Amino acid sequence: MSNGVSSLSSESAAAVSIHNLRKNFGSLEVLKGISLDAKEGDVISILGASGSGKSTMLRCINMLEVPDSGEISIGGETIGLKKTRHGMEPADRRQVDRIRSRVAMVFQSFNLWSHMTILENVIEAPVHVQKRPKAECIAEAEELLAKVGIVDKRNQYPSHLSGGQQQRAAIARALAMHPKVMLFDEPTSALDPELVGEVLRVMRSLAEEGRTMLVVTHEMGFARDVSNRVVFLHKGMVEEEGTPAEVFSAPKSERFQQFISSHR
Amino acid sequence: MDFAFMQEAFLTLLSGVPLTLNLTFVSVAFGAVLALLLALMRMSGIKLLDWPAQAYVFVFRGTPLLVQIFLIYYGLGQFRPTLQELGLWVFFREPYWCAIAALTLNTAAYTSEIFRGGLQSVPYNQVEAAKACGMSGFLLFRRITFPITVRQALPAYGSELILMVKATSLASVITMMEVTGLAAKLISQTFRAIEVFVVAGLIYLILNFIITRIIMAIEWWLSPHLRRPPAVEPRLEAAHV
Repeated sequence: MSNGVSSLSSESAAAVSIHNLRKNFGSLEVLKGISLDAKEGDVISILGASGSGKSTMLRCINMLEVPDSGEISIGGETIGLKKTRHGMEPADRRQVDRIRSRVAMVFQSFNLWSHMTILENVIEAPVHVQKRPKAECIAEAEELLAKVGIVDKRNQYPSHLSGGQQQRAAIARALAMHPKVMLFDEPTSALDPELVGEVLRVMRSLAEEGRTMLVVTHEMGFARDVSNRVVFLHKGMVEEEGTPAEVFSAPKSERFQQFISSHR
Repeated sequence: MDFAFMQEAFLTLLSGVPLTLNLTFVSVAFGAVLALLLALMRMSGIKLLDWPAQAYVFVFRGTPLLVQIFLIYYGLGQFRPTLQELGLWVFFREPYWCAIAALTLNTAAYTSEIFRGGLQSVPYNQVEAAKACGMSGFLLFRRITFPITVRQALPAYGSELILMVKATSLASVITMMEVTGLAAKLISQTFRAIEVFVVAGLIYLILNFIITRIIMAIEWWLSPHLRRPPAVEPRLEAAHV
């Protein structure tokens, strides 16, 4: 069983290790000391009401938000932070770029590059960040697009696709980086209800491949059936944590009980 | 109106077109570089860079181009010894380079605002997606920010190009024999102002027509994402069944 901080000495180095993470936006304390470890192959669902800090926590992992204090390690490598006049900043921009190229992120609103075709979106980072041969990247991108079921859209532009297709393209873009960890920031929240299923199916198949995934979501079905751990945040703290079986059948926290019942 | 004369005038004025285009494109090219610099200064968030850029734009947009041309052409002559020391006199004694300098400085002020608008309209989520992939600095600018900026800024930039073609006519006041300069000369020889100026206007109209078409073609070429997708696979729309 995970018990947060003290599991550092476990068998393999944690894929993601967050220790005592704190973040304020002005006077608002968003994260109040969160610790979390993800082993390789873990699929962790992060639940919580809006404002609970779940997205902020996820965005701290790849430094889209810089924490005010605490420690984040990816695959055993700790991200260096330094204090400046403007608050905390990464100590080494190159380290951040390197870590970001191994930690892929899927956004709520897809964030595909509007001026590139779907195929160009997928090969962009492999070719220009990872400097892999273009032909190889194209071949792989087509496989990935086939896998998420939109290979026929490869020469179209994001604006020509439905939300569900765009999100699947964004997942293919993330996969093309060969990421060690995948972060999903409410990947289905911007979708029409009838399009949620196609994205969740793709995410489930990734989980079954044994990928390490941290998923901020409101999809209780996904949390219950696909993830192997559930973390419930409340007001910037971990309020409940455990396997889906544990937390859904016997929730310890009253707030989590309320949260589940309000989300069916 | 004397059409035979107009035809003759047309051919005479046509020989000024290369200089008109030269003045336009040389100053627009230099101006674009300066404008990009100014736009980046304004968006740097550093007051020491932002303020001078703001002051620059204020001064060069707020004063007439004609005044700027006179100031550079006649005004800089007073600083001849200094300019000679700096080795810049070779440029500023030539009316051509004075015209280029004035046009460049002027268009840079306008263009920097166009670029700034374009840069600010880049959706932040697309920049964030690039950062999340490990892009930063020049790579991020070159691959994501700049291409989106160009697409946003092109319509306004097209107008600026047209304005510049017309603005080159002011170079005639400092002896440049471009289209308007030749027109003025022809009028002083023939006293047929209407015919000559109608022909001159026509030439500017033709030039700008061509430029407009080129800009439109570039816009079309750069924005396949704004057009309907190619209808390869006919889709059944549930709503229409």
